Order: sequence, then C-alpha cells, then structure tokens
Amino acid sequence: MRGFWKLTSVEFKLFLREPMAAFFTLVFPLMMLFIFGSVFGNKAQYFGLGTVDLSIPAYTAMIIATTGLVSLTISIAAARELGILRRLHATPLTPISILTSQVLVLFLMTALGMVLLIIAAKITFGIRFNGNVFSVILGFLLSSCSFFALGFVLASISRTARSAQVMVMALYYPMLFLSGAAIPKWVLPEAVRTYGQILPLTHVVNLLTGLWLGEPWSAHLKEVTVLVVMMVVGLIVSAKTFRWE
Amino acid sequence: MLGAGRIAVLSTNTKTTRIFKLVSEPVIQVEHLRKVYGSTIAVDDVSFEVYQGEIFGMVGTNGAGKTTSIECIEGLRQQDRGSIRVFGVDPQKEIHDIRRKVGVQLQESQLQPRLKVWEALDLFASFYESPLDWEKLLEQLGLTDKRNTAFAVLSGGQKQRLQIALALINDPQLVFFDELTTGLDPQARRTMWDLIRTVRDSGKTIFLTTHFMDEAERLCDRVAIMDKGKIVALDTPENLIQSLGVESRVVLTLKEPHDIACCRSLSGVTLVEQNGDRVLVQGKGEMLVVEVVTALAKEGIRFSDLRTEQPNLEDVFLAVTGHEMKD
Repeated sequence: MRGFWKLTSVEFKLFLREPMAAFFTLVFPLMMLFIFGSVFGNKAQYFGLGTVDLSIPAYTAMIIATTGLVSLTISIAAARELGILRRLHATPLTPISILTSQVLVLFLMTALGMVLLIIAAKITFGIRFNGNVFSVILGFLLSSCSFFALGFVLASISRTARSAQVMVMALYYPMLFLSGAAIPKWVLPEAVRTYGQILPLTHVVNLLTGLWLGEPWSAHLKEVTVLVVMMVVGLIVSAKTFRWE
Repeated sequence: MLGAGRIAVLSTNTKTTRIFKLVSEPVIQVEHLRKVYGSTIAVDDVSFEVYQGEIFGMVGTNGAGKTTSIECIEGLRQQDRGSIRVFGVDPQKEIHDIRRKVGVQLQESQLQPRLKVWEALDLFASFYESPLDWEKLLEQLGLTDKRNTAFAVLSGGQKQRLQIALALINDPQLVFFDELTTGLDPQARRTMWDLIRTVRDSGKTIFLTTHFMDEAERLCDRVAIMDKGKIVALDTPENLIQSLGVESRVVLTLKEPHDIACCRSLSGVTLVEQNGDRVLVQGKGEMLVVEVVTALAKEGIRFSDLRTEQPNLEDVFLAVTGHEMKD
C-alpha cells in the first residue's frame, strides 16, 4: 500500500485541474438542475414528487456515465498512450493499486457530484425523497461499479486516446438523451422508451429513480441483473484485455 | 565469492584504459536472451554482462532490439528464452525486490501533463521505503526554479532531467536510461552526459541505450553494438575502434614551402603526401599527431590549419553491420 494514498490524492488534484472533466462531473449537472428546475418548477405531480425531485436520480445517472464511461476511458487511454501507466508499472506499486487509485478518484468525484446536486436542489427547490438512504447508496454503488467496468473494457480495446474519445462520445450522447438521464423518460416517445432498454444507462436511471421513489428492490430485478452482469463481464473482459502500453 | 574474481577491462572517459579486478558477481548477467513478437525476432540469442560501476551502452538503429533487451532486464517484459540475472536474481521472479533496487527511465515515457515537478518527485518518493531527499535532487539536476512548473510546460531537456531525478529517487545501485537524449538539442544532450557521469561517479552502475554513436563513444565504458536482434560487437570504444585497424590522418598547410622528409621516418607512418603547401600524413596509433607536430617543430617548419581524421565508432558500426547508422 506504500504510495497508494499519495497516488490517489495526486490523481484527485489532477482531476480537478482538468477543466472539462471537472466541469461535466461537478458543474454541468447543477446547470441542468437550475435551468430545468426554474422552467418546470417542482410541483408534486408524479407519485407525490415533482420534476426536480425526479431529476436528481436521473442526473446522478448522468454523472455516473460521465465519470465511468467518459473520464475513466479517456484518462486510462491517455495515460497509456503517454507512457504514464508503463512508468507507474515500473515502480514498486502493485498493478492493482495503480488501477484502484484511478477508480477510487473517479468514484469520489461521482459521489461528490451527486452530493453537490442534492445539496443544491435541497437548498433551492426543497426536494422530496420517498426512498431509503441506504438503498439509494447501494444502487449508486452498483451502478458506478458497473459503469467503471464498462469504462475499463472500452479503455482496453481502444488503441489511442483519440479513438477512445470518438468511441466514448458515440456511446455517451445517445445514451444521455435516450435513457431518460438528461431528458425525463415521460417526455420520450414510446418507441424510444422501448428501444432505450438496450442502453445500460437506462437501467441505471430506472433503478435509481425507483429507489428514490421508495420502490422495493424486487421491483427492479431486471435492472439489477443487467448491471451485475455488465460489471462481472466487464471485469473479466478488462482483466484479460487490459494493456499497460 | 572472493575467489571467483573476474577481470573486466574498462576505461574512463579520459580515454586512459584501466583495469578493474572485480571480486563480486556482475550486476547484470544475460545469457542467450531471446524475445519474439509474432514473426519478428526482436532479440536473438544475446549474452553479455554488466559490471559494478561502469557505464554500459547498447547502440543500434531503431528496431535493433535495444529497448526490448533493456525492458526484459528491467523485468517489464518476459523473455521467451534465455536467463537474466540482476543482482544475482531473476528480475521476473523477484520483481518487487528488483523494482526497489533499480532506477528506470523509460523510452518516450511522459508524466501527467498538469503534474508539477515537485509533485512528481513527492509522489515517486512515496513509493519507496527510504527515498532520497528530493529537494536535493532538484538542486543537483538544476530544476529548483521549475519546482512549481507543470510537466507539459517543461522543455525536452527539463523533462528528461526530471525523469533522471525520478529514476534516482530510491538511491538505486543500478540505473537504466533508455534513449535518454533522443529528441534533445546538442547542448541538452551534453548536459545529460555530464549528469550521467556524475551519477556513475557516485558509485552507481549505468545501463543505457542510444542511437547516437558519438554519445556511446564519449560516454560509455563499454559498448554493445546491436543489429537485427544480435550483439555484433562488444568492447570498450577504444578497442572497437582499434580493432578496425584503420589509420589516422593528419592534414595541414605549410606556411612556406619546405621539405617534409622528417615525417617519413616517423614510426608508424605509412603514407606522406605533399601537394603544394598541403600535406597529408597517414599512420597508425593515437600519438600520430603529436609525433608529426613534434617533428615539424624540431625542423622549425611552420604550418597552419591542422586537422586530424580519426576512425570513430561510426566506422566500427559500418564495418560490423555492413550498413550506415540511420534513424
């Protein structure tokens, strides 16, 4: 473990110095909240909850996709291309601690993004919450791990940082708009809602929204299955295909 | 152990040959190393030893197998065949032990663009049990005023100096430099040479690769010339050059017409040509120019524009590989 925490704290600082990543993880969700919140308000209309209340789990799903899919994939691919991974690999650090520190930083950022979102929404809109805090945290953990595993697979199969960027954007934007993360599900056409099922992020949105509403886990076995399978398969595939250079 | 003495001929950069009687095992022992990528044989049956306190260099063109060799020895790659011993142990099996004891600078390896110089040192120091004081390292490498500069903003030479600092942070006994000076301007390259000599003078052993012949010739105690995955020559630069048997030339211009018969009788001289005031003397031995100048001075012959042409490692490379050094 020697050096692990130092590496993690350095990576944390470096994340905050990367304006794009920090903006999309920490600031952009707040902008969405304020813009759509001031347009639609937060009148109780769905199961006693308002638009803003329901946007919290959806925007949390967006943050998870931003860090897990975009930041993780691009930062690992870039670190590999620049020889940074190779250089760290040549130190006494164990391979697992190098990769864990990367994931830990992004996980902390995801959690920070979610907490900022909740605090801001609480202060400005006075949000309502019908769920169980621990259930939501567990759902958040599962969703994050699942998306980080996906990010690792994409980082493993991309040859350069640039190709990683293209691949990630091609997945991220459709997912963002068709899963119910950025645009509420109930305004999407029926067909999009049906086909949106093939997008992993749809399952994150559904699970987190359900848990936010206080629905039991048993109502979301499909989402849980999809996310667990994605996590396990992702870990196996990336363990087999991961390259340090 | 003391009985199993080995003799290695090394030389200093002042070109005087000295003999080290080494009572310990070599720092690196490589026997029949082979590494294949698909259908390409990157390293083919390579054997050599590196001794305590020397600067050992591998020269060759890109793709000659230098980096593959150095990375197998560093334990970053697994060889297909052959044995490697670093400090007497297999670097693959004792990887954690080796990582603590050696310092590495990897070819074309960067750091996070926004990482500051001091942060990089502080970070790498945290990986080791008893690291050096990195403030002192910064000073030694002339980076003190760059301590708060981000890696991406550093010049090529500063980046490489930082890489040297990171390679030295664990006070290793053996340091690897892979193409350290590639891409640097001539002045920065010379600064690197001085730094490498300083590192060696502090008692460390250095293994480097380069594709600059002049660098290998001036910096290394012993040089292995690699070509197409094989070591085609290995010795001190002086011995390699002497083994060519190529003669040196002295060319000069006489200030006034004079007979230069005095040069013909010098020992080792094989050819004297005079064309008007231009004179060419060809012969064997490093002392040729001294002998010629002394003989002319004794006769009171005045001259100007003296140049010497001596064979160098580039000529050796051409002779042993059959092709020019090209990038």
